[in-house]
Amino acid sequence: MLRYSLKRLLSLGLSLLAASAVIFLTIEIVPGDPASYMLGINAQADTVAALREELGLNVSAFERYISWVGGMLTGDFGTSYTYRTPVVDMIGDRIMISLPLAIYALSLSTLIAFPAGILAASKRGSVTDVSIMGATQVGVAIPNFWFAMLLVVVFSINLRWFSAGGFPGWDKGLIVGLKALTLPAISLALPQASILARVMRSALIDTMNEDFVRTARAKGLSKRQAMWRHALRNAMIPVLTIIGLQFSFLIAGAIIIENVFFLPGLGRLVFQSISQRDLIVVESVVMLLVFAVVIVTFIVDLTYAAVDPRLRGRS
Amino acid sequence: MSFLKSTLRNRSFMIGASFAALFIGAALLSYLWTPFDVTKLDIPHKLRKPNAVHWFGTDHFGRDIFSMIMVGARTSIAVAVVAVGIGIILGVPLGLTAAARKDSLLDEVIMRTNDLVFAFPALLIAIMITAVFGPSAINAIIAIGIFNIPVFARMTRGAALSLWTRDFVLSARVAGKTAPRISIEHILPNILNLLIVQGSIQFSLGILAEAGLSYVGLGAQPPLPSWGRMLAESQTMISFAPHLAIFPGIAIVFTVLGLNLMGDGLRDLLDPRLRQARK
Amino acid sequence: MKFLQIENLNLSIYGMGILKNVSLSAEKGEIIGVIGESGSGKSMMAFSVMDLLPTGTERSGRIALDGQDLLTKTEAQMCAIRGNDIGMIFQEPMTALNPVKTIGDQVAETVLIHGNASRNKASQIARDTLNRVGLPAEQFPLSRYPHELSGGQRQRVVIAMAIALQPKLLIADEPTTALDVTTQAQILDLLKKLVAEDGMCLMLITHDLGVVAELADHIVIMKTGEVVEAGETHALFRNMQHPYTKALFEASSHVPDKGDARAAEPAPLLEVRDAIRDYVLPRKTVFGKQGSFRAVNKVSFTLTKGENLGLVGESGCGKSTLTRAILGLEELQGGEIRINNTTVQAGTHMPRELRRKMQVVFQDPYGSFNPRHKVARLVAEPFHLLEVELNGAERRKAVEEALIEVGMQPLDADKYIHEFSGGQRQRIAIARALIIKPDLIILDEAVSALDVSIRAQILDLLADLSSRLNLSYLFISHDLSVVRSVTDRVMVMKSGEIVEYGVTEAVFTNPQHAYTKTLIAAAPSLHDALEKEND
Repeated sequence: MLRYSLKRLLSLGLSLLAASAVIFLTIEIVPGDPASYMLGINAQADTVAALREELGLNVSAFERYISWVGGMLTGDFGTSYTYRTPVVDMIGDRIMISLPLAIYALSLSTLIAFPAGILAASKRGSVTDVSIMGATQVGVAIPNFWFAMLLVVVFSINLRWFSAGGFPGWDKGLIVGLKALTLPAISLALPQASILARVMRSALIDTMNEDFVRTARAKGLSKRQAMWRHALRNAMIPVLTIIGLQFSFLIAGAIIIENVFFLPGLGRLVFQSISQRDLIVVESVVMLLVFAVVIVTFIVDLTYAAVDPRLRGRS
Repeated sequence: MSFLKSTLRNRSFMIGASFAALFIGAALLSYLWTPFDVTKLDIPHKLRKPNAVHWFGTDHFGRDIFSMIMVGARTSIAVAVVAVGIGIILGVPLGLTAAARKDSLLDEVIMRTNDLVFAFPALLIAIMITAVFGPSAINAIIAIGIFNIPVFARMTRGAALSLWTRDFVLSARVAGKTAPRISIEHILPNILNLLIVQGSIQFSLGILAEAGLSYVGLGAQPPLPSWGRMLAESQTMISFAPHLAIFPGIAIVFTVLGLNLMGDGLRDLLDPRLRQARK
Repeated sequence: MKFLQIENLNLSIYGMGILKNVSLSAEKGEIIGVIGESGSGKSMMAFSVMDLLPTGTERSGRIALDGQDLLTKTEAQMCAIRGNDIGMIFQEPMTALNPVKTIGDQVAETVLIHGNASRNKASQIARDTLNRVGLPAEQFPLSRYPHELSGGQRQRVVIAMAIALQPKLLIADEPTTALDVTTQAQILDLLKKLVAEDGMCLMLITHDLGVVAELADHIVIMKTGEVVEAGETHALFRNMQHPYTKALFEASSHVPDKGDARAAEPAPLLEVRDAIRDYVLPRKTVFGKQGSFRAVNKVSFTLTKGENLGLVGESGCGKSTLTRAILGLEELQGGEIRINNTTVQAGTHMPRELRRKMQVVFQDPYGSFNPRHKVARLVAEPFHLLEVELNGAERRKAVEEALIEVGMQPLDADKYIHEFSGGQRQRIAIARALIIKPDLIILDEAVSALDVSIRAQILDLLADLSSRLNLSYLFISHDLSVVRSVTDRVMVMKSGEIVEYGVTEAVFTNPQHAYTKTLIAAAPSLHDALEKEND
């Protein structure tokens, strides 16, 4: 188990290193001179020179890359050109909205998808199964931001149960904060839950056809017992894979959904920075989001080993 | 039972294919004819509710929503098709090569690069490209296309690996055929079904992704009509003109639903196990 | 009324008849053998007793266990009966166990699910049962996972699960088909011992006449869903009534006519000298030294023109690796393989004229062909090895000739492979091997996946081709009886080495090496079983 974890950890580190190189190349090398790009074509020569100085562009690209990565490791993400504040502070504020939103949505989608998928699989071919599968088919097809807009029309504009957007801040209390994130989380969770429920169902049905389920039935387990005691844990392996893969869609979705609800999260930050050509902020936020995706993959890998003894190796 | 007959009997496929055909047809037709000119502003008739003249109503510039949806279908479909094309043209040969040279350094490099690209959702790629080059529909195509490459490469490699262990590949090797030739003659024809199914899934994901990118302003730019941007523009008027948001949204849902149903149907039709079972 | 009494059992799946008026009976302490080829419905009969049938099936008739009709039981009642009164063992031990649960939990579950004992008591019973099936606590603690065990050991765990509650009826569906011959002998001995100790009734389902002849008290022979003959084992074989029984019996001990002894031609065709094949094992640590595994260790032999040479060994002995090395698909780490005095080289470096000398027929008649190509293209694939491309008409003619040679029709060339049965596919595979007129054909378990009657036909075909075309075979098999019937000389392989090498009849009648003796003793033989009776 330890060796497996260390191996995964090593590959996590390598992935992050490679990802940082790709991001650095795209954002700092491809545009040529980032300073003149950030200032636009009308910039004065001395302003450009000053920015070059500030960004440390006078040293080689490799040295800049090393100092960028080194800075991130010590929590220094640089200073935003537009706002003149440390990027790490800006991200710190925003992440307190984006991260809870992603976790909220992930929990919701799991809470909906697991029972739905298990129910559909155990009543395969029944009206329940067909309705659940029909609903998920539609759920997969609905763009989350459009669903969010519909939710706003129904629950904010007509029923007035929720506010249409904005975030009051966590200092107003947990409940108030969560309430503000509820509609965004629901709209993010719906397509995720639909995909997950479909995967859960087909994984369970596949596993129920495995030989070892037949063995369990021959021991005297009912179909239901065989599913709960034997099939479910084996079916978790493909389901975990999909949860891991879907997380990157969740992050992308969160960035878009923040726009619908005017939530001051990482998504809003990155779009503002793009329009202000603040490459330093863009670079940091992208790196952070990739970090989140890679970390989730790592956690999923560790969970595999918890579920499947074959991965733990001989002790 | 003939293949055509079972195709016609497959309800998922037929419903899905008709939806997809409807929107592809609308996109093609929009080159020749639309009920109204989508570039002409008609302020006196702005924000009309759906009526006999403007079937889906008009927007805040008085443009006909129905015509805009027809023209918007072009953008969505073109972006998604090209992005799937990029994924297949680059991803499939990579996957085939990795499988043919299993466990070699080349395989390792291809697969690790895949993992790396996989850590960048299409939206992040689009954000990076836009930050550097500015927004455009081409960016959306590149971003979604890059994201598709590892999807197809992984799928191809996985399927090819199991084929490489089959005896018929072994006989081809005994006949002295080279790995590239075996990949093309024996592996590729046997993963074609999977590619078609995966292609239709990626197509529908591409439509969704394009809509999302255009919605946040990273995709198609005015005056190019796009479903995602129609939704973005409708947002501020949603309380008094909900039809602006409803029709483009429904267009997206039906296209994606159609493509997904078609993919499910194709999977059933092309899966040899199921085909045998039906006999 | 007997303990197990099946009367007029009919079974259909979506209206298609699977079993027709099947009747059989057995007492406690008896072993009843059910024999049939694939498609005979023998497994479906077993699942009917367990009521573990796929959806869409319908049963009628009567299955009485200890006087109680199982057909009238509800699903809940059947759950109480399964595992408690009836235990079942399956064919494929590698997939029959849940990979994510320990063997202790899985055996204890049989006890727990029937509410017969506390958790502690159930573990104790699991331990005792595992001891009984030959998995002692020191090497096999309850905390072991299935992937840490071999196939034979896993089958013992499955048996332990089935007998944990000492059921009155044990159903074993091809319990040893997936196992090596020595493991098979051990598992059969274990089953025999358990039947004697617990006094249960064992229904042994198999395709192998040898297995039942040694074990069963009674035999039921099934064909396409019907019982064609039944009776006391030895009486039945002494006085076979039904033509199918006779045919089956014939085919099981079939010896193809090898034709006239060919002119001794001392020219060596295939020479293997001190061949060594090492596999690199995956790294244990990132910077540690990589280990390796020697799959083939200094193997040497010579196959002369026109000779049929057998290679026998159990799974993992290295025979497949050796085959692949001979075919030039894997590199050697030492020694040499020569064909007609030219060295075989792995990969695409191997010259075409060398590859032309040998062809191969694989085991699986379903996996050997690209399902997307027509037979004409499949059979013509080795033409790739010719220096001069044939034109369309020449190719067609050659394909048709090859098909006729193996007893197929010329028009079969225009069909797809899925239109043929397993035996026909194996004929087409032989046609593909013949088409460039090789000197040597390697038959890699080429008849192992076939039913016994089909196998006999293919063996006849091979013998006929060999004598007419002066072909040499390297015949690789785990099945001793097949090797004995078709080869001139035989090699026995174990752990990568040839342990015995000699004239086939001599090796079989007077084996020298201890391993060969074990192998021969372990192989169930219809002949020996019947002879034992006559003594």
